[in-house]
Amino acid sequence: MSKLVLDPNIVHADEVYQTLVDAYEGLDAGEREAFSARLILILANHIGNEQVIRAAIDVARGDDV
Amino acid sequence: MKRMGTITVWRDIGASPDRNGSTERRSVVIVGAGPVGLTLALALGRRGHDVLVLEKRTFIAAASKAICFSKRSLDIWDTLGVADTMVERGVIWNVGKVFWGARPTPIYQFDTAPIKDQRMPGFINLQQYHCEEILLHGLAALPNVELRWGHELTGVQRSEDQVSAEVATPGGQYHIEAEWLIACDGAKSPARELLGLPFDGRVFEDNFLIADVKFKEERPSERWFWFDPAFNPGQSALLHKQPDDVWRLDFQLGPGIDKQACVRPEAVEPLVRGLLGPDVEFQEEWYSVYNFQCRRMERFIHGRVIFAGDSAHLVSPFGARGCNGGVADADNLAWKLDLLLRGKASVALLETYNTEAIAIADENILNSTRSTDFITPKSQASRVLRDAVLQLAEQHAFARPFVNSGRLSTAVAFANSPLSTPDEDEWNGVPPGGAATDAPLGGGWLLQALAGQFGLLSDNFDAEIAGIKSVQLAKHTVHHGVLRKRYDLSDGAAYLFRPDQYVAARWRQPNREKVLAALHRAQARNSGGVKP
Ligand SMILES: Cc1cc2nc3c(=O)[nH]c(=O)nc-3n(C[C@H](O)[C@H](O)[C@H](O)COP(=O)(O)OP(=O)(O)OC[C@H]3O[C@@H](n4cnc5c(N)ncnc54)[C@H](O)[C@@H]3O)c2cc1C
Repeated sequence: MSKLVLDPNIVHADEVYQTLVDAYEGLDAGEREAFSARLILILANHIGNEQVIRAAIDVARGDDV
Repeated sequence: MKRMGTITVWRDIGASPDRNGSTERRSVVIVGAGPVGLTLALALGRRGHDVLVLEKRTFIAAASKAICFSKRSLDIWDTLGVADTMVERGVIWNVGKVFWGARPTPIYQFDTAPIKDQRMPGFINLQQYHCEEILLHGLAALPNVELRWGHELTGVQRSEDQVSAEVATPGGQYHIEAEWLIACDGAKSPARELLGLPFDGRVFEDNFLIADVKFKEERPSERWFWFDPAFNPGQSALLHKQPDDVWRLDFQLGPGIDKQACVRPEAVEPLVRGLLGPDVEFQEEWYSVYNFQCRRMERFIHGRVIFAGDSAHLVSPFGARGCNGGVADADNLAWKLDLLLRGKASVALLETYNTEAIAIADENILNSTRSTDFITPKSQASRVLRDAVLQLAEQHAFARPFVNSGRLSTAVAFANSPLSTPDEDEWNGVPPGGAATDAPLGGGWLLQALAGQFGLLSDNFDAEIAGIKSVQLAKHTVHHGVLRKRYDLSDGAAYLFRPDQYVAARWRQPNREKVLAALHRAQARNSGGVKP
């Protein structure tokens, strides 16, 4: 699997979305930034594939077509 | 110790005699008796060439410069007969530990010599002046290498087939016409300046304090690195053991500091005590502040003037890639220039020094720049990610490979060298363009058996080609399990090595024609212009 998945891929979207929002609960600006960074690193490692990570960065930056 | 101006003298050598007004003709002139110039002089001198080395100093300087010398440099120096002395004189270390904040246990640890069963250790620490002195000792045995101390290059002129050099001594000037001038004259390279050649790159604003101190205490010979330690908050620190009970402490100080105030004992001592503990009795060897730059010349060969070492490229110190990178230049250049001088190769081979040494420099600059950016983050985002890595690394193995306190110098592989013959078979082992990994061979070692020549490693195949040293495993009684595995050697297979121990080609089914073709390719003979 070396392609970034951009089709819906999560069964319970609302659940997962709420989990993400909740995860930031009670954090100040600095803590939010640090938390995001940790989460990105953990997910990036889970993905493992460099091309997928690069593609995700492009999409997140709005660089995709 | 004695001082010459602002420089402390390690070993006074004294000025060589003046040569007022004379003009001489020389084959090879090396400018600069730093570690790179001396390594090159040794490599060419041992191959029998007449070499003149010009050095403006009249002494070996005691200044704190390089201390960490890599296995690859030791492998190179071993072919020049000086590595054993370096290792004996130096402090061997393989393990690096990374600490974060006030935590007493490392969050990450690495081994610089993960592949065991090699003759040379992963790293030694040795003061650069000891290293230079050992190289000089090696050169003393070579009557064909002449060193002139107190002789400064002051002018260079290039023409098609020679270089004219003006040399100044305290007593006057003289003139040399050289076939080749190798500028190993350091970061400020007068040769580069005189020729008006650019040296582009990036200056880093952060300042670092070196405190070389002497104390007697049993501590492991390991590299210890701290991110944000309690004794130097928000900054980094590094500890290395050197010979003679000397320790190098290196503290990041940040940008925009008063450099003079920072080296006063009252400023240095609290940092030293913070790192070593309050009760350690220590003496100052050397305190200085430095900052660094990453630069490289666009080309290293300019007609008959060739650049090597700091004159050609500068890196940040993280990873010990400065001097080790320069020694790799000298090694890469020596065998090519040797073949050229003996009429066995053309300038096409020499041109591959330009491409390969640039590949080495670029990898060193890339790695040391990345380390620097991790150690001294240049933006808020990069600091946040860095701190996240450190935090995660404490508990989670996955985050540890991101921790970058310096990626220590190793041999650089040439993925696209024109000198390599691409594989025709499936292989593990060391690919063409990779530097040989040592392994036990007979009662000795593979790298020693290759002995700085073209070499063919096999079970019992010999191409019987003049100029190729045959290393056959079947000639020994031992099985060579380590070596066979390391090189993925099947029955009948063979590896061709270049004189610098890089793999040129390998075959599962070798024959004489294949070996000959690969040899010619490794000597850039297919690009024409060789005298028969
Ligand atoms: C604090 C510090 C720590 C370092 N630590 C490490 C480390 O651990 N490992 C590592 O690999 N590298 C390290 N380095 C880098 C290393 O010191 C250099 O890369 C190395 O000295 C380069 O060697 P060189 O022979 O190219 O140049 P140099 O050592 O600078 O030698 C150049 C020589 O040329 C001479 N010269 C200059 N101009 C002329 C002239 N006109 N005529 C005649 N002679 C001339 C000079 O006097 C000098 O002797 C460190 C550097 C610093 C500053």
